Formats: sequence, C-alpha cells, structure tokens
Amino acid sequence: MTRRMKLLLGVALAAMLTSPAALAADDLKLPRKAVELVAPPFVHPHEQTTKDGPKIVEFKLTIKESEVVIDDAGTKFQAMTFGGSMPGPMMVLHEGDYMELTLVNPASNTMPHNIDLHSATGGLGGGALTHVGPGEQVVLRWKATRPGVFVYHCAPEGMIPWHVVSGMHGTVMVLPRDGLKDEVGKPLRYDKIFYIGENDLYVPKDEKGKYKRYDSPGEAFSDTTEVMRKLIPTHVVFNGRVGSLTGKNALTAKVGETVMIVHSQANRDTRPHLIGGHGDYVWEAGKFNNPPQKDLETWFIRGGSAGAAIYKFREPGIYAYVNHNLIEAVELGATAHIKVDGKWNDDLMKQITPPGPIPPDKVGAAEPAAVTR
Amino acid sequence: MLLAFKLKLALAAAAIAGPIGATAVIPSPVTPASELVEIAPAAFSYRLPGDFWQDRRQVPGPLQTMHLSEPLAIMKHQVTVREYGGCVDDGACPKLSVPEGRDDVPMVGINWHDAIAYADWMTRKTGRTHRLPTDKEWTLAAAEKKSDEAFAPVDPADRAQAWITRYEAEANRSKPDAHGARPTGTFGANSNGLLDLAGNVWEWTGTCFVRATIDTEQVRVTNTNCGVRVVAGAHRSYMTDFIRDPRNGGCAAGVPPANLGFRLVVEPRPSVVAMAIRALQTLRENLRA
Repeated sequence: MTRRMKLLLGVALAAMLTSPAALAADDLKLPRKAVELVAPPFVHPHEQTTKDGPKIVEFKLTIKESEVVIDDAGTKFQAMTFGGSMPGPMMVLHEGDYMELTLVNPASNTMPHNIDLHSATGGLGGGALTHVGPGEQVVLRWKATRPGVFVYHCAPEGMIPWHVVSGMHGTVMVLPRDGLKDEVGKPLRYDKIFYIGENDLYVPKDEKGKYKRYDSPGEAFSDTTEVMRKLIPTHVVFNGRVGSLTGKNALTAKVGETVMIVHSQANRDTRPHLIGGHGDYVWEAGKFNNPPQKDLETWFIRGGSAGAAIYKFREPGIYAYVNHNLIEAVELGATAHIKVDGKWNDDLMKQITPPGPIPPDKVGAAEPAAVTR
Repeated sequence: MLLAFKLKLALAAAAIAGPIGATAVIPSPVTPASELVEIAPAAFSYRLPGDFWQDRRQVPGPLQTMHLSEPLAIMKHQVTVREYGGCVDDGACPKLSVPEGRDDVPMVGINWHDAIAYADWMTRKTGRTHRLPTDKEWTLAAAEKKSDEAFAPVDPADRAQAWITRYEAEANRSKPDAHGARPTGTFGANSNGLLDLAGNVWEWTGTCFVRATIDTEQVRVTNTNCGVRVVAGAHRSYMTDFIRDPRNGGCAAGVPPANLGFRLVVEPRPSVVAMAIRALQTLRENLRA
C-alpha cells in the first residue's frame, strides 16, 4: 500500500466517522443490524423471540410523492408515501432494542415531511426532530420500551391530516424479547404474517361528479381538504387501492397454518372481520403486555392505532377479510381475500342438501303457519 | 336540442314507413345509427347458462348444439347515448347520468328494466317488435367473440379445491383497459359485422337464471329466477335486474362486468300485437291533434 493510498483511506474513514450513523455508534456500544424493508402486505424477515441482548436496528425510509391509481375505474391520486407503498413498510424490532431511522426526502419531492412514531417516547414521537425538506435527510434514534403494534405517520405543522390521508402512515411492531403469549403466559407463534394498512381517501369530484386529477400534491390540497372536512371518504381501501389484496393479489395460506394479521389505521376507526373465520387471539388495541382476547368475531381498531389478530385456518377455501362496515367493504373497497389450501373438513361444515325445490308435502318445524295453526 | 328534434322527426317518419319496409330487415327503419345485421340460420355450440348440479355437486353447464331456424335481425352496435336520449325525451325511459358527457358512446349504467323500457318504446315507435336477445341468440350473433368459461374439472369430492379453482379462473379474467364507455366501434367488429362485442360493455339478455340438475344426461330445471338475467360479454355473468353499476367486494371474487349496456333484436315481421299497439297509438295521437 502506497502512502497516497493510505492517505485516501484515512480521508474515507474520517468521512465515515462524521456521517450521522457513525456518530450515533459513538454514544451507544451495541451490536447493529441493518434491515431491508419489504412492502406490505408482507413483512421483512424477523425473529419472533430473541436470546440476544438489545441491538441498534437500522432502517431507512425514503419518502416518495407520486401519482397512483386507487380503483378499477383508474382514478388517479396524488399519493405521499413512506417507501413508495400505502401504508409504509412495517418495521419490526424487539422490546429494549433501539431503532435508528434514516428518513430521506429526495430533491424530487415537493413537500417538507417528518415522522411521528407512536411507539417512540418524547419529541412528538420524533415529529419534532425529523423535519426534512426536499433534498434533505435526518437520522433519529429511539428506544423501543413498549411491546405492541403501533402506527407511524407524517405530521408536518398545518397539514397533518392531509399528509396522513394521502398515504403517509405505516406500522412499527415491537415484539417482547421472549415472544407473544396467551392469557396464561403460554407462548404463541405465527407461521405467517399479513400486514393490512387501511386507507381512507378523500378524492375531490368535478361538477359532473367525476374524480378530479391533479398535477402535484400541492394542487390537490385545498379541494382535498374540503372533502376531508365533511368526514366522508370516497374510498376506504386496504394497501393503497381497491383490489390490492383480491383476485390475483389474494393472500394465501394452508389449513393448519397460523397467521398473524396486523391491521393498521392511522386516521379513522375500523372493524376487521374474517368471513368464515375468527380471531383466535386478538390484541384489539395492539399492545402485547395486555392478554389477548379470544374467539372474536369482529375486532375494533381505533383510528390512530394498530391491532393484531392470530388465527389458525381449519377449513380450506376463500376467506374474505373485510372492514365489517360492509358499505365500506363492498362499496368503498375495504376487502381482502385469503385463499386457503387444504382438505375440506365435513365435521366443521357440510352441505346436507344442495339448493333445490321445496318438497311439496313436507311441513317443516320452521313453517310459521304450521306452528301457529 | 336540435338533434333530439331531428331524431324525433326521423322516428315519426319511421313509424309511418314501418309496415311498408317490413320485409327489408336492413337498414333499420329507425335511424341510420341503429343499423341491423341479419344473422343467417345456423347450428352452433352453446353452453347452457345457469347453475347446474349432478350427483349433488356443482358442474359446468352442458355444451349443446343449437339450431336457429329463423334469420336473426340484431343491432349492429349497442344502443348509444344519443339513441337512448330519444326515449328519455319522449318520457318513456328514465333519465340516467352520462358520465362520459358525449352521445356517440354506448349507453351504459343501464339496468334490465331500462333496456326493456327502450325496447318497448322502439316497438311502439316503429311498429316492429324490439326486444332483448336471448343469451342463445347473442351467442350465435357474437360468433367468435362469444365467451365459454367452463371451469377446469377438478376432483368433485374436493369442494374447496373446486371453489379455489373457480376463484382463480375468475381472477385471471383480463380486465378491460378502459373503464368508461368508449365511442361506438372502439372494440372492432366480429365476423358478422357486429361492433364492440366483448369490449368493456356487457349486454343484457332476456334469458332468466335457472338452477338445474343433470340426471342421466337429461337437464331438469328445478328453479327459474327471472329477477336475475344472463349478461353477455367478455365473460358470462348473472345480474340482478335492477343493477346498473356492477361491482365486487365482500365475498365476491373476480372481475365484474365493467359496464352494463344493451343491443336489441327486431322481430322479422311486425307482430299483430305491435301493429295493434301502433295503430292505437296513432289513433290516440291523431285524436290529441
């Protein structure tokens, strides 16, 4: 190695040391792990329990402003997103870990942004320390002190709700180091995890009743605010658009598989229901230090929170996972489908007689006329 | 306004000319725009629509060879906004919203009752019986554009697998590129010269939904529900008659018809009934005048 090369290397090392990530390492001597994020409905690989000590887990979220399609009619929408998806990707760590989050606002964007993590303590959830204009980035570290699923969202002064209902929300999952437990402390595990983010969207219409299209988020702002203030969404969807989790995009599972479904809603109340199934264990408020409720039919997710449900599939077929305000599920879009492979169990359900004519001379016990006579 | 007036004039003229031009099926006696195509009698294969059961299991509808003995006169294109507007102006059809804001596109957002109202109005105006085609007639006219979606046979004992297979087949239907109604002719002509078959407009037929059992190759209809009609297009669908805007959600899978519209067939000769109605109407109009 020549002197010159050594010199260059030294300069490079110095540059690394002054980078935000390197500075953070100085005050906290902990092992580090960088995580590659995965777009919903999936979640990056993670351990459900850990024997390791606390770590610094590094995540990077790049904010993206872009026009997206939100329904089958091709309605165009000026979206603002964390990482390019609505909702933003789920970030998983364990209680006692530190998250080191790099928030990037590329110069191609038009808006200032920041992040409020409901899982973090102080500083408006990080919102006060993370304002970045286009062409800037910021690094925030926070300690995961409470296990559960939590919403994160953008919260820039003066336009918080608009950024949130434009797509800027996501989920953090803080797992207990020794994993999830049932009400008596027995360990619970899942084979699969689905991450559903529900979006309430407020798209302005023109005088003919057609959805309006805008060239940039800023141009959509005042019309959109007017629709928002009436509190009636034009679309209520899962994962950014009508049909994002149905048909060819349907989720899949097998009989006997245990699935964790995380449902996140940053703005508005919702009530998930699995048609044909149940919630075996449900953390309705999403916080794992509370015992899960059992055998639920429908669970309530408060606006501004995430909840989690665990279910083991026992019968094959198509399941619909809906917001059981069925108007929102069917008319506005909040529907997902799960295709479950496996062998049909006649004990749980069997069609005794297929649909056919009503037998003429049989007076059934349920004939009201026959009973009252 | 002026256009509607002209249309009315044309219709009035057609009403007078109706019985004279009765033997010539082409062109339509109404307006040049609602041109008819004559389909020659033919034999063709046809999958029966409805819900079929064999040995307590749901099976695809049987494929049968059909014969049409009379020539079929069917509209070359789907009824347009402009044409439907004539019926609205006459107070015979409900006024519906026209989202595309133009009149050279198929009239969509139509339910079965709206289509029937238009057919009845055309019958009155022209003295010739206009009606919805049966699904069988539509299939013959559609020729190579007909849909035949027989789901792949699966182990009949495996109820869930049959269900999933059906779901996947429905999910794999191609979606029409454009959602709103497109100008007549956008989706091309078939070998019979009919326009826009299997495009992004599905067409109401007069065929009722049936449930049937198949015993030793014999089809026995056990229930007929005329509140649900067969809707023909890129895939066959069954639609409750008051629905104007089909959609999915909840438990329904697959791609629903993008738009509901219609075209009509015209009976080859003026029926006695239609002539009587027309005569009565002319009489009434004369009395009013």
